[in-house]
Amino acid sequence: MPFLASAPALPSAMPSQPIDQFARELSPETRASVYQSTKTTHEKRTKLLFDQFADPNRLRTLAGEIKQHAIENLDTLLPQVEARLTGNGAKVHWASTAQGACEAVLRIMQARGATKLVKAKTMVSEEIELAHFLEGHGIEALETDLGEFIVQIDHDHPSHIVRPIIHKNRREIARSFEREGLGAYDDDPGTITRRARHYLRHKYLAADVGLTGANFVSAESGRIVLVTNEGNSRFCLAATKCHIALVGIEKIVPRDRDLAVLLNLLGRSGTAQELTVYTEFIGGPKSAAQPDGPEEMHVIFVDNGRTEVLASECREILRCIRCGACLNVCPVYRQASGHAYRSVYPGPVGAVLSPLLAGERFPQLADLPKASSLCGACNEVCPVNIPIPDLLLRLRQRAKEENVPSPGTPPMGAWALLASQPTAWRAALAGGRLMNHVPTKLIPVPALQAWAAQRELPAWRGGEFRKWLRQRRSR
Amino acid sequence: MSDDREAIFSRVRGALAPLRVRAPLPQYDTEIAVLRQVLAGRDLAELFGERIRKVGGLAFFTPAALVAHLRTGGRLHGYCDPVLWPGLAPHFGAGFQVETAFDRTRVDDYAFGITRAAGAIAETGTIILNDAATSCRLGALAPWVHVAVVERSSLFADLPQAVAGLGDDRNVVWCTGPSKTADVEGILIEGVHGPGEQIALVV
Repeated sequence: MPFLASAPALPSAMPSQPIDQFARELSPETRASVYQSTKTTHEKRTKLLFDQFADPNRLRTLAGEIKQHAIENLDTLLPQVEARLTGNGAKVHWASTAQGACEAVLRIMQARGATKLVKAKTMVSEEIELAHFLEGHGIEALETDLGEFIVQIDHDHPSHIVRPIIHKNRREIARSFEREGLGAYDDDPGTITRRARHYLRHKYLAADVGLTGANFVSAESGRIVLVTNEGNSRFCLAATKCHIALVGIEKIVPRDRDLAVLLNLLGRSGTAQELTVYTEFIGGPKSAAQPDGPEEMHVIFVDNGRTEVLASECREILRCIRCGACLNVCPVYRQASGHAYRSVYPGPVGAVLSPLLAGERFPQLADLPKASSLCGACNEVCPVNIPIPDLLLRLRQRAKEENVPSPGTPPMGAWALLASQPTAWRAALAGGRLMNHVPTKLIPVPALQAWAAQRELPAWRGGEFRKWLRQRRSR
Repeated sequence: MSDDREAIFSRVRGALAPLRVRAPLPQYDTEIAVLRQVLAGRDLAELFGERIRKVGGLAFFTPAALVAHLRTGGRLHGYCDPVLWPGLAPHFGAGFQVETAFDRTRVDDYAFGITRAAGAIAETGTIILNDAATSCRLGALAPWVHVAVVERSSLFADLPQAVAGLGDDRNVVWCTGPSKTADVEGILIEGVHGPGEQIALVV
């Protein structure tokens, strides 16, 4: 993960969590646009779900049960889906690691003498850094989703799962287009889109291979379901002769009929649409009579840490359908934006998934589960009902057990001693009244000062409850 | 590669072995995923026409209305499925240039593409394309205007019905309105890679 390397320099001498540093350095303009668009999407999502369904909560609980069943039965569903896909004329590959997945793509390309690949949006390809790998082997790997294309020409990283350039404004994009020779500066979003349309359609037509991800794979039929708005994955599969699908092993759903439940939730949760514009059900290479489209289809199932997640106490996170609803509702994401999570998956889902997928590098991302007030909004909006706050707590505990250092966290040893000795505790409750007379700024505890910089302590009321209880008993 | 397969399968089995009970496969009535209040008592073709407009598309119920729309928009050069063209040609008067073979080296020459739909979904205003019905994938995608000819008898009411009716076609695509993006500052722009106008001609 390229941007895992370093957090920005400390703006003050205060030790603090990396995510706080990112949030502090975010420009007010970016923060405002991230805040506004996540808030708007979240509100539209809620209205759409609750206006249209009698019991949307029942729908998302059901979706969670379907996905939980699928991940807890991967041992039978994976061989089943492999058999279906093979029967449909696709070739199935397996990749344990990111490197293995990249090499599998390269082997398929080389076997065809192919040098040009067009990509639809796939989070797995971000995870394994596929475009970078292929470019290193002399292959042109072009992003075709508008947001991902802009990320690619800017050598940037997506900051949201479904809105990759939520952190950029139109002026920055217009400057990038001008720099890349896509036309004189014009920051009208319509013009930007038109220029990308014109440039990319000729790239699709010249490409050898179209690469996509998969939103769902039905174990019953082997159908791969792709969900997009722009039509770029459809163009990849209309213009090229070879289709490669990169699929995380957790994308399986048991039956076709389950797709109706999940599709009803995915569009509404992600972008507040009843359905996204293009919902493609790919059952294999093109039919014989169809002039356009892939004659060859490869499906690469990628593990890259997922089996470790499956073995962990956090396996529920594998239900995730990557809608981004938890990012949109999260008060921390809204303040910090996506790059603060220093990994491919930002927001609440990323705070769980990224440290888990990091494997041995868990300590480098062990701060992410702490970047949450545990308000529970992420769980409430999750279309597959993932108990994200519980999973965050489990990961906090794991970090503690593995003695991962946590900058800015006050040492709790003295408090633990105090709290385990009733006499000392009573004395502290009474002595705490002194706090009412000492300005907080003078107390030499950095964590307290950081906290008090933006808040005021309420008056000390230590011991009041005990007093109340004594009086109640004596009555 | 086959090593990877065995390694993944063995890790999956190892991860699941400690589970004493596995989450059961939920049984449910797909009615839960139907917008019953939208559908209640409606004629499907009429509802479809209303819903496709709601997602930014258009529906016409006569070829004459379609031709008038294309003429008004100055869309005079296009592609049409050779099977459909004999039936539609009499409605297209002078001034139109229509090809029945799609030349991929001239994708930008076609202002419209007319192909058959495999069906439609009334609840969501969705047009269903598949390999059997669509004469050429690019002809239904690259031109600015895509016209899908939808037969009334092929209308599905809702999503669960449409999923149940996927059939055995290798490539089924549900198109719900024109191609769109909101990537730039959340502003909705239509016509990114696919059609900027998605039209259904209901016959």
